[in-house]
Amino acid sequence: MDDSSPRLPTRTDLFLTYGKIGLIGFGGINAWARRVLVEEKCWLTEQEYAETLGLGQVLPGPNALNAAIMVGDRFHGAVGALLASCSMFGGPLIILMGLAVLYDSYGEVPLVKAVLAGVAAAAAGMVLGTAVKMTQKLKPTLALLAVGLCALAAAGFFRVPLPMVVLGLAPFGILASWYGARRK
Amino acid sequence: MTATIFWQLLLGFGAISLVSVGGGIAVLPEMHRLVVDVHGWMSDADFARRFALAQAAPGPNVLVVGLFGWHVGGILGMLTASAAMTVPTSLMAFGFSRLRARLLGRPWLRIVECGLVPIAVGLIAASGLILAQGSAESWVTIALTVASSIFVWRTDFSPLWVLGAGAIIGALVL
Repeated sequence: MDDSSPRLPTRTDLFLTYGKIGLIGFGGINAWARRVLVEEKCWLTEQEYAETLGLGQVLPGPNALNAAIMVGDRFHGAVGALLASCSMFGGPLIILMGLAVLYDSYGEVPLVKAVLAGVAAAAAGMVLGTAVKMTQKLKPTLALLAVGLCALAAAGFFRVPLPMVVLGLAPFGILASWYGARRK
Repeated sequence: MTATIFWQLLLGFGAISLVSVGGGIAVLPEMHRLVVDVHGWMSDADFARRFALAQAAPGPNVLVVGLFGWHVGGILGMLTASAAMTVPTSLMAFGFSRLRARLLGRPWLRIVECGLVPIAVGLIAASGLILAQGSAESWVTIALTVASSIFVWRTDFSPLWVLGAGAIIGALVL
């Protein structure tokens, strides 16, 4: 089958794909989930993924997990939600157990620290690049773009607590979206 | 792990998870209060180191609670803390997902969902910025971050390439 054509995932697909997203999810899950679900698998469009993640942020709980549950439910109901969330957490949890044991002995080795610093810097760039790419593809109206920049400034520069950013900006985002829809 | 610690982990992280709007990391200060101030399970520096370790590992950032649990209760503590932090809100997300399916197609739901999109993208950018500030130790790491963001933005190659490059450059130069 042509890799670029959209197709629906089986339960095994869902389990394996979320397992992979968890294991390669350096710097946080969201940028990777978007990369795999939108670009590699074409299960969701750019817009659908961003909407799911937006809902995941308004609900309490880890937003990547909330998004995984909604994506799993969308394709395979309760079973899908369980498969996606468990496989996303299972792999990293096992790695973390290994790290917890190793870190106390090797965490201060200079080479380990240097490699981790290099990966961390690259992962930061990866997350930033993803945000730029999403903005470019979503083609937001000016009002929506302004809301997005406010979220970036509040959370990234001024370190406003996230619940306040999300709940404070949501009404403005909805207003901007309503205004955009009315003008169409 | 004693029964007391089991309940302290379960109730402490369970309560925190319910207010973690915006993501698990949004409640990091609250976790600090629970782990360091209230129970005195670890020092300030220990807390920061464990957080950095969870950041460096792949997977959801919220897994750091597993490391806190590990510290006080071994493997059972890790599983208890992780479950307390994720299960209750997961059930809520599932319930919401069902509700959303029933409301699908209502115009106001479309408007609300579109309105939340810029917040989702803005917060991804913000977390990238915070990660970049944390990792900006020298001009090498800053250059690495800039090169990596351009690579991911302008190409469709897997970002694993830049992470690999980051590891190699880190080992050689830093």
